[in-house]
Amino acid sequence: MADSNADLDAFRAEARTWLEDNFPASLKDKGLAPWGARQEGVHVDDDARAWQASLGAKGWGTPTWPAEYGGGGLTNQQARVLQEEMARIGASNPIPAVAIMGVTMVGPTILDYGTKEQKQRHIPPICRGEIAWCIGYSEPNSGSDLASLSTRAEDKGDYWLINGQKVWTSGANAADWCGALVRTDTSKPKREGISFMMVSMKQSGVTTRPIQLISGSSPFCETFFNDARAEKNDLLGPLNEGWSVGKRLLQHERASQTGGRGSGSGPAPKPIHEIAKTYVGTDEQGRLADLDLRGRIVEQVMAAAAHTLTTRRIAAEAKGNVQVSAAQSIMKNSATIVGQLHAELMIEIMGNQGLGWEGEGFSKSEIDATRAWLGGKAQSIYGGSYEIQNNIISKNILGLPETTQKG
Amino acid sequence: MAALTEEQSMIRDQAQNWTSSESPVKKFRDMRDGNVEAAFLPETWQSMIEMGWTGIIVPEAYGGSDLGYLTFGLILEETGRNLTASPLFASALVGASAFTIAGNEEQKQGWLPRIVDGSTIATLALEEGPRHGPEQVALKAEKSGNGYTLNGSKTFVMEGMAATALIVPARTSGKPGDQTGITLFIVPADTGGVSRHRLQTVDSRGFANIDFANVEVPAENILGEVDAGYGPLTQLLDRARAGMGAEMLGTANQAFDMTLEYLKTRKQFGQIIGGFQALGHRAAQLFTKKELVRSCVEAALTAIDEDADNTQELASLSKAKAGEFMHQMSNELIQMHGGIGMTDEFDAGLYLKRARVLENAFGNQAYHRDRYARILGF
Ligand SMILES: Cc1cc2nc3c(=O)[nH]c(=O)nc-3n(C[C@H](O)[C@H](O)[C@H](O)COP(=O)(O)OP(=O)(O)OC[C@H]3O[C@@H](n4cnc5c(N)ncnc54)[C@H](O)[C@@H]3O)c2cc1C
Repeated sequence: MADSNADLDAFRAEARTWLEDNFPASLKDKGLAPWGARQEGVHVDDDARAWQASLGAKGWGTPTWPAEYGGGGLTNQQARVLQEEMARIGASNPIPAVAIMGVTMVGPTILDYGTKEQKQRHIPPICRGEIAWCIGYSEPNSGSDLASLSTRAEDKGDYWLINGQKVWTSGANAADWCGALVRTDTSKPKREGISFMMVSMKQSGVTTRPIQLISGSSPFCETFFNDARAEKNDLLGPLNEGWSVGKRLLQHERASQTGGRGSGSGPAPKPIHEIAKTYVGTDEQGRLADLDLRGRIVEQVMAAAAHTLTTRRIAAEAKGNVQVSAAQSIMKNSATIVGQLHAELMIEIMGNQGLGWEGEGFSKSEIDATRAWLGGKAQSIYGGSYEIQNNIISKNILGLPETTQKG
Repeated sequence: MAALTEEQSMIRDQAQNWTSSESPVKKFRDMRDGNVEAAFLPETWQSMIEMGWTGIIVPEAYGGSDLGYLTFGLILEETGRNLTASPLFASALVGASAFTIAGNEEQKQGWLPRIVDGSTIATLALEEGPRHGPEQVALKAEKSGNGYTLNGSKTFVMEGMAATALIVPARTSGKPGDQTGITLFIVPADTGGVSRHRLQTVDSRGFANIDFANVEVPAENILGEVDAGYGPLTQLLDRARAGMGAEMLGTANQAFDMTLEYLKTRKQFGQIIGGFQALGHRAAQLFTKKELVRSCVEAALTAIDEDADNTQELASLSKAKAGEFMHQMSNELIQMHGGIGMTDEFDAGLYLKRARVLENAFGNQAYHRDRYARILGF
């Protein structure tokens, strides 16, 4: 929906007043640090708690979700204005982070496929940041070939009985609920016997074991279902049509990763070429002293510019509504290239200082760059790997045959 | 594709229909085989004039339609697709821009209507060495009487044999490499002392070397201020680069479409070759680049239309990115066609050759990466 400029100006004034009244000054420019990404032992102080509560009550943590289920009911343009106003005063939106996969993936999928009753039950707690979700898709023997998954859900009359193992479940140890793909019919071809189930993680049949990543952090787990249960009305979408539901969720995931939607983070980071100047120095012409590095940095900066322009072009062509579409495979791979190149260059720019792990001798921003470099390697693996995206583009967009490629 | 106005869509459709029916690649091939000196066909040029393409960026007061550079880009994309040979780019975009940027009222009135009606073919005669170097101008202009005398040479002048008016950056003070001391002159091609030498280039288009021996230019043919031509020249070059980005996008897109078509029809080992993942993935990556490049091209043209502050940055981004994609795409065009791609009878070679010429014009990828970094301050 297009808003007139006058309407947007009025909304801007409303947002500004509301933010002035509700945003605690102590949180200015703190980003998400006060929430500690839900890690155990991080104390969330009163101001952070209060800010999350008022944002959640207003629905502005999930600004474009329907107001009747606790969202903000804003248009995309209004949401952008809200984001600008929050950035202006250094305010962050903690709700997407505390909901883990709730805001970026599960919520939009419930809004797409859920019954009215399911939406009423599951959406408002996500909007308030009270309930966190994880995604249980991958299994030890089913990664890219997800449709081969074998975790079973048996119909026990008044509940579903679930057995099997998931892996790489991000945030599973902190999550309250899991959006899981399970096999509900073993007699059918692999894609046709899968259902999407909403499973409570807070039950004795579910256990999780954290996996440590190369970046040192441990945000994901192995998840075991041993006679776990799901309620009959926690099947999302039709029985045995979970493959479509699950695919839609992945499209939402891609949309959230391609810069199509943002969640108001801290102040803008320093451009990479400015950081390079402080480490590498400049020559008499003001150019970066290492000309080979300079050439590679400018390529990355130009690739990033092309990516940003394309994100904008896609949004403009969709007339303000960022669609979930096949084009997102393109944008995911482009974002991956831009992001991973950036991270590699940052380490190279810093030289020895980019090779610290922890402790003395390295600044916080240096350690962060190193960890981001390692963590960023996952970008070409999760959410459909780089190769799988290329399969999708060649098959679904270009119409090339599926012969020696699957997925 | 940018959200187009109704008028823009009409022009794009017209350009698509006209190029595919009246100016397909076959036309270009015949022209090449006929060894036409002007390197375009008079009827092609005449149709373009009649369709109003020569007035797209010219203000209405001087006989144009003032539809802007993004609109011009839509046409260039289509002529690029079909390798249509004509002075459209050199005269109606670059030549006309020189006058809208730097011309005084009298010069605009004198030249622009003639560019629009086709009686003047204007072109920029800038380069003096093998690599793009707008500040390397050495061609000497010395004051004599009321005007100037020009001595020196220009190389690789686009449509150099067909042009009737040359826009000549010349050195009025300082030395090659200095940005100040460059002045822009309008030199009718039939002026005494101007001699042209046809170049037979790899892409069979109309390039010439031009010598200037004691060429007298009256003061009223100075475009803009004496010694201060570098600023308007830069503006002019950015328009040329952005426009050429659109042409390159069209050329590369056609190469992409030809390749994709082949991947869907050619069979080996009992299967369509597009089913080989090694090829399918390269096609997917090329498609991704193609979409990224379109955004850069449209952004640069739009920046010119809106007189945006970051026009220089976007012109370099567009030229470099279009060059990178077209370079890779033209190589893959040959490779993915196998042996047939190597035959002159098939069109792939025409695209490869054209690609390298466009890539080199107005600064290659390396030039624009360096410039982009300088603009950003590193
Ligand atoms: C940080 C991180 C977070 C994650 N979070 C979650 C989560 O929350 N929930 C969840 O369910 N999963 C999650 N995953 C799992 C992720 O979705 C899988 O890792 C991914 O689907 C790849 O599966 P795999 O690891 O089994 O690799 P494999 O599928 O075994 O792939 C191995 C290699 O083979 C390539 N390959 C596979 N098939 C093809 C093909 N047809 N054509 C060409 N190449 C192919 C792949 O691209 C890859 O390079 C996460 C992963 C990471 C790294």
